[in-house]
Amino acid sequence: MQAEVPVQDNRTASDAAAADRITGLDALELGPRRSKAALGGRIWRSAWPKLLAIAIVILAWQIVVWAQWKPEYVLPGPATVFGDLGTLITTGDFWDGVRVTMIRALTGFALAVLIGTVVGAAVSRFAPLRAAIGSLITGLQTMPSIMWFPLAILLFQISESAIMFVVIIGAAPSVANGLISGIDYVPRTWLRVGQVLGMKGFAKYRHLILPASLPSFISGLKQGWAFSWRSLMAGELLVIVPGALSIGVRMQQARDLSESSLVISFIIVVLVIGILIDVLFNAADNALRRRWGLTGS
Amino acid sequence: MSILQATETRTERDAVVRLDSVSKQYGSGSNTLLALDRVSLTVAKGEFVCLLGASGCGKSTLLSLVAGLDQISGGTLDIGGRHVSLMFQEAALFPWLSVLGNVELPMRLRGIGRAERRQRAEELLEVVRLEGFGHKRPHELSGGMRQRVALARSLAQNADVLLMDEPFGALDAMTRDILHDELERIWREQELTVLFVTHNVREAVRLGDRVVLLSSRPGRVIEDYPITHERPRRIDSPEVSGQAAEITDRLRAEVARHAS
Repeated sequence: MQAEVPVQDNRTASDAAAADRITGLDALELGPRRSKAALGGRIWRSAWPKLLAIAIVILAWQIVVWAQWKPEYVLPGPATVFGDLGTLITTGDFWDGVRVTMIRALTGFALAVLIGTVVGAAVSRFAPLRAAIGSLITGLQTMPSIMWFPLAILLFQISESAIMFVVIIGAAPSVANGLISGIDYVPRTWLRVGQVLGMKGFAKYRHLILPASLPSFISGLKQGWAFSWRSLMAGELLVIVPGALSIGVRMQQARDLSESSLVISFIIVVLVIGILIDVLFNAADNALRRRWGLTGS
Repeated sequence: MSILQATETRTERDAVVRLDSVSKQYGSGSNTLLALDRVSLTVAKGEFVCLLGASGCGKSTLLSLVAGLDQISGGTLDIGGRHVSLMFQEAALFPWLSVLGNVELPMRLRGIGRAERRQRAEELLEVVRLEGFGHKRPHELSGGMRQRVALARSLAQNADVLLMDEPFGALDAMTRDILHDELERIWREQELTVLFVTHNVREAVRLGDRVVLLSSRPGRVIEDYPITHERPRRIDSPEVSGQAAEITDRLRAEVARHAS
């Protein structure tokens, strides 16, 4: 490969000097690495504002109860509710309910991701399709999912399918939109590199478009999850499938028995599940940002 | 003219890129913009040619044409089916790939096996003096280092001609100076053919075997300076400075022409 040229001593020496220069420059430009703060410290720093917020909410709640705005059996205090919640989560029935609900949530979300991805990819690939249904997707996204239930019940009767239908129609547009905007905003310089490297067709999608649209796709997933979780909770309150004692059904039963404390317990459970899943999405998002160097500092 | 004759003999012998009266216009009707006007230029194998011009001289357009990213409007452009590779002012590395992954990508697209491309990528990182940085992410490197990774990626294309569009334009003077040395070394060791676009006169004289001066709006070749100073050169040497001053005067006159 390299032609055999007689190498003079001074050239070797000057090459070595050049190598030193560039290595030195690299070392200077990279600078010293900052060490991370201890794990405990970092957890505490992100946790205390949250804990404080929870404490303030509970205090406000307790003050309302103390003020006797409503009788105790309608609006019980935090101590009663947390006591009942504690008993609730030790029962096997409760965890069966959580299981039913989570299976529905995950299946619905998985199907929504599949459909949303296929539709999003198709819309961003074919201009006429985008003109036809691009704004429809955004329209669907803003539609309150509860609007779909009467139709879903007529189409699928009182069944799992009715719930799935609404969950999917609630979540798929967000997933599709996330992918579409990710593909639309692939930086021009990357596209030019793709051209220079001769990427075409499938290879272009595999090696450039899809990885480049990943951050936007993940935020689409996150939003899609929020929509599907909301739709599912609405569905479980409206479409009560016999035999499936989900969280929503148990909450309805508690209301029928006028057990305020239990209703509030289920609200807390739903909230906590929502937050936990959100934490997972944020962790994925942050990991990606760190890998790509999109974080500040 | 002796320069022209020399160019012609070289053309017949081993021209890798030949432009003959190439024109490029954008738009149509009254909105036509003539970016390049009958540009003729030949780059011989192993040659380092710098294209120099002020804003609006169409130098980047010219590179896009040679790279096949854009179509010519008139004349003939002949690269004899050779492969070209193009580097930009931004390194434009892909953040989802490691440094090695970025360098391997062109070979991956050509279907070269995993082991072979890994080995070649590591060799190329050694060429640009970044051995040991293969598993870093692009954002962990400095601007100058990223630009060297981009160079390694270009070399991985195994192209016959390397086109460079102001590749050091965004770097500070010290980094640029050192990268000039590096590029000159790599050009010599790897026996590259380079067409290098810049608006920096000293940079052009520092690096080029020839400096081709383009006029602005439309871009035309107005001068083709052979640079014969002995290599390795320094950007601050009296020879380079002297010739740069001469070319700068010519460039200033060209810019002043647009005052009216």
